[in-house]
Amino acid sequence: MWILLGLGALIVVLAVLIVFGIIPPLRIVPDDTKFDFIRFRRVSFPISAALSILAITLFFTHGLNFGIDFRGGTLLEIQQKTGPADIASLRATLSGLGLGDVQLQQFGGPSDVLIRIAEQPGGDQAQQEAVQKVRQALGTAVEYRRVEVVGPRVYSELLAYGTTGLMVAIVGILIYLWFRFEWQFALGAMIANVHDIVLTIGFMSVTQIDFDLTSIAALLTILGYSLNDTVVIYDRIREMLRRYKKMSMPELLNISINSTLSRSIITHVTVTLALLALLLFGGHAIRSFTATMMFGVVLVGTYTSIFIASPILIYLGVGTNRRDDTDEKPSRP
Amino acid sequence: MLYFSRWKALAIVLTALVVCLCAVPNFFSEATVRTWPAWAQRRLVLGLDLQGGSHLLLEVDTNAVKKDKLNQLADDARRVMREARIRFTGGIAVRGDAVEVRVAEADASAALNKLRELSQPLGGFLGSSGQRTVEVTDAGGGLIRLTIPEAAITERIRQAVDQSIQIVERRVNQLGTVEPLIQRQGLDRILVQVPGLQDPTRLKELLGKTAKLEFRLVDVSVSPEQAAQGNIPADDEIFKTSQQPKTPVVVKKQVLLSGEELSDAQASFDQRTSEPVVTFKFNSSGARKFAQITTENVERPFAIVLGSGTVDDPKEVLSAPVIREPILQGSGQISGSFTVQQANDLAILLRAGALPAPLTTIEERTVGPGLGQDSIRAGEIAAYVGSILVILFMLLTYRLFGFFANVAVAINVAMIFGLLSLLNATLTLPGIAGIVLTVGIAVDSNVLIYERIREELRHGRSAISAIDAGFTRALATIMDSNITTFIAAAVLFFIGTGPVRGFAVTLGIGIITTVFTAFTVTRLIVAAWVRWRRPQKVPI
Repeated sequence: MWILLGLGALIVVLAVLIVFGIIPPLRIVPDDTKFDFIRFRRVSFPISAALSILAITLFFTHGLNFGIDFRGGTLLEIQQKTGPADIASLRATLSGLGLGDVQLQQFGGPSDVLIRIAEQPGGDQAQQEAVQKVRQALGTAVEYRRVEVVGPRVYSELLAYGTTGLMVAIVGILIYLWFRFEWQFALGAMIANVHDIVLTIGFMSVTQIDFDLTSIAALLTILGYSLNDTVVIYDRIREMLRRYKKMSMPELLNISINSTLSRSIITHVTVTLALLALLLFGGHAIRSFTATMMFGVVLVGTYTSIFIASPILIYLGVGTNRRDDTDEKPSRP
Repeated sequence: MLYFSRWKALAIVLTALVVCLCAVPNFFSEATVRTWPAWAQRRLVLGLDLQGGSHLLLEVDTNAVKKDKLNQLADDARRVMREARIRFTGGIAVRGDAVEVRVAEADASAALNKLRELSQPLGGFLGSSGQRTVEVTDAGGGLIRLTIPEAAITERIRQAVDQSIQIVERRVNQLGTVEPLIQRQGLDRILVQVPGLQDPTRLKELLGKTAKLEFRLVDVSVSPEQAAQGNIPADDEIFKTSQQPKTPVVVKKQVLLSGEELSDAQASFDQRTSEPVVTFKFNSSGARKFAQITTENVERPFAIVLGSGTVDDPKEVLSAPVIREPILQGSGQISGSFTVQQANDLAILLRAGALPAPLTTIEERTVGPGLGQDSIRAGEIAAYVGSILVILFMLLTYRLFGFFANVAVAINVAMIFGLLSLLNATLTLPGIAGIVLTVGIAVDSNVLIYERIREELRHGRSAISAIDAGFTRALATIMDSNITTFIAAAVLFFIGTGPVRGFAVTLGIGIITTVFTAFTVTRLIVAAWVRWRRPQKVPI
C-alpha cells in the first residue's frame, strides 16, 4: 500500500513541478542521432548467428524444463497451515508412497511448497490415484492452494496445439506483411521473428524456467511485439524508399533507424516499466511468464528490429538497383 | 487530421463514454447488480485461477460405448432368432467388431432375412446418406456377421456424450455448488468447471461411477466353486460381491430390469437392522415387470448388479436377496453393508440416472480460495504500480502531451474493462498481466505520434502543420504495428484454454481499444487543445 501512496504523491509533485516548468523534459535519446547501425551488421550478424547456434545446441543438450502441461503428471502447491514447511519431512512422507520421481521446491513464502510428481504409469486413472495418495498422506495439516493433474492424452495434444499455434501465428503475420509490404520485408521480419524465438528458447533452456502453456503465450506475445517494433521501422523505410529515390540503401536504412530510435527506446522503457511491475508484484503464478517476456520483448526484441530486421533487407535485395544505376534511370516507385 | 465536425466529435465521446460505462456493474456487489434490468447485468467473470475452484476434463470411454452397442446388438439378434424360431447351432457371440451368428446352413437365408430387419436407416443428418445402423453380411457356411458402420458408432458416441452431459449436470448439482459450467469439448469430452470447489475428490467419485443398475436372476444350478473352475453355462456370468469378502456369484446374462426404469431412490435405514440402505421405486412399466418377475421367481435369489464392466468400474453384486413373495407395489430396498455416505451417494447416482459409458478424468486443475485471493491482490498491485510508473514516465518525457497521453490511457483501460464486461469475458491472472502490458504498449501509439510531431517540427514545419502531419503519418504505422500483435493474440485465443485464453482476450481487446483511442480520443484531445491555445510552439 505504501508503495502506491508514495508513487501517487510523486505524481502530484511532479505534475506541479512540470506545470510550473521547473523540470525540463526528459530526453533519453538526443535529437538527430547519426549512429551507423548498418555497418554494425558485420558484428551483429555473426553474433546473432553464434547465439542462435548456441541456443539451438542448448535446446538439444540441456533441453527445456517442461512443466506438466507438456509432460503430464501432477503438480501440487501446498501451504503449511502453521509454521514453516519442513521440506525434509515432507520429502520423507512422499517418497514412501511409491510414486517415483517426486520433486519438492520452496515456492514463495517459507510455508509454501511446490510438489511435482512425474507421470504415473497406467494411464489417466493412475494420475488420479497419485493425487489421492498425496492428499491422504499430507492430511489436513496443509492447505492445497493449487492441484493440477494432466493426463497423457491431454499433454500430447497441448504440445501439438502450442507448436501449431506458433507456426500459424508466424505464417499469419508473414502473409499480412506480404500484403502490406513487399515479400522481402515479410521474409526479413520472419527471419527476425525466428531469431527472437530461438534466442528466447535458449534463454528458457539456460534458466530452466518452467516451460508450459503460459510460455507459449509469452512466445506469441514476444512475436507480436518484436514485430510491432520491426513494422514501425519498416514503415519508415518504405516511406523513405518512396521519397528518396536516389539515396543509397545503407544510408537510407541508417536514417530510418535513427529517426525512429527515440520512439523505440521510449516505448521500450514504458513496456519495461509495466513488465517490471508484473515481475516484482505480479505473484509467483506468472513469474516465469513475465521473466520470459522481459527477456524476449525488452532485450531481444529491440536488438532484433534494429540490428537484424533492418540490415537484412540489404541482403534480401531491397533497393539493390539503387547503387548500380542511380544516375541512368529512375528506380521504380 | 485535426478537424472534427461537431457530430463526429460527439459520436466519439459518446462511444468512449458508453463503453466505459459498461464497466460500472463491476463496482457493485453481485446481489445489487441482480436487481438491475437484465441488459445492465453484464460484468466481468473471475477465472477459476482468481476465484478458486475446480476444472475437470472428462473423457467418455468410447470403447465401452462401442462394446455396449455390440452387446445390445447380440441381445437383439438373440431375440429375433428366438421369435422366428430359428435354432442357432454355434450360438451368438461378439467377436472383435462384429456379432457372429451361426445357424444351420439350411436356415441361413431365413435368418438373414430376419436379422436384416434389425437394420434401419441411420437417422439424423446422416439419414439421406444411405447409411444403415447395422450391416448384415453372409459369411457363408451358416455364419452371419453383423457389424455396426463407423457412422452409426459416431452417432451413438455423440448421443452418449449428450446423455452424459445431462447426467453429469444432475450429479454436479447434487453437490449444491454455485453455477457450475458443463460443456462438451470435441467429440467425446466434457468440461466441468465448478467455482469455489476446493477438493474435487467427492465430485470425481460421483462422476467416476456409471451407476448402471441391473436386476438379474442368480443361477443356483451351478455352485460358484464349479463356475470358478470354468464350468460356466453359456448364458451365465460370474460377478463378485461388492462388500468384503468379495465372493463370486453366478448370475444369468439376461438383464430382467435396469436402473432406467427407476423413478426414485432415497437413502434411509433398514427398519429391523437399522443399517443404511437405499430404497428405490420403479416407474409404472418397471413396477409391472418387477411384479411379474417376483411372482414367477418366488423362493429364488435375484442379484442387484451395479457397474459398467470396465476395469475401473467393474460389475459387482450389491446384494442377492431371495424373493420371499411377489412384490407388487414396485418398490424395494438395496442393503449392501453401506456406510451412510455410500448409501447417500448411491441414492444420488440412481436418481441422476446411469451414465451410458464410464468417464475418465484426463485433466484436473484446482485452485484453492487462498491462492485466488493472493493472485487478485498481486495482480491489482502490479497493475497499480505498472500504471503509475508509466504515467510518471510519460509526464516526465512529454509534460503536457504526456498528460494527454495519460488521459488517453486511462480512457483506454476503462474501455478495456467495459468491453470485457460487455462480453462477459473471464478475467484471469495472465489476463491482468495482459492489461498491464497494454498500458505499457498503449502509450506507444502516443509516443509514435509525438515523436513524429517532433521530427516534423525539426524539419521546420509550423506547430499546427507539424501536429497534423505527425498524426497523419503515425496513424498508418500504428495500424500496421498493432495488427501483427492482434494476429498473435487471435492465434493464442484459439489454441489456449483457461488462463492463457484470458490473456489472449485482454491482449486482443487492449489492441482494439488502443487503436481506437489513438485514432479518436488522443486526436480529439490534441485538436481541442490546438483550438483553445492556437499554439505557435509545441511543448513536446
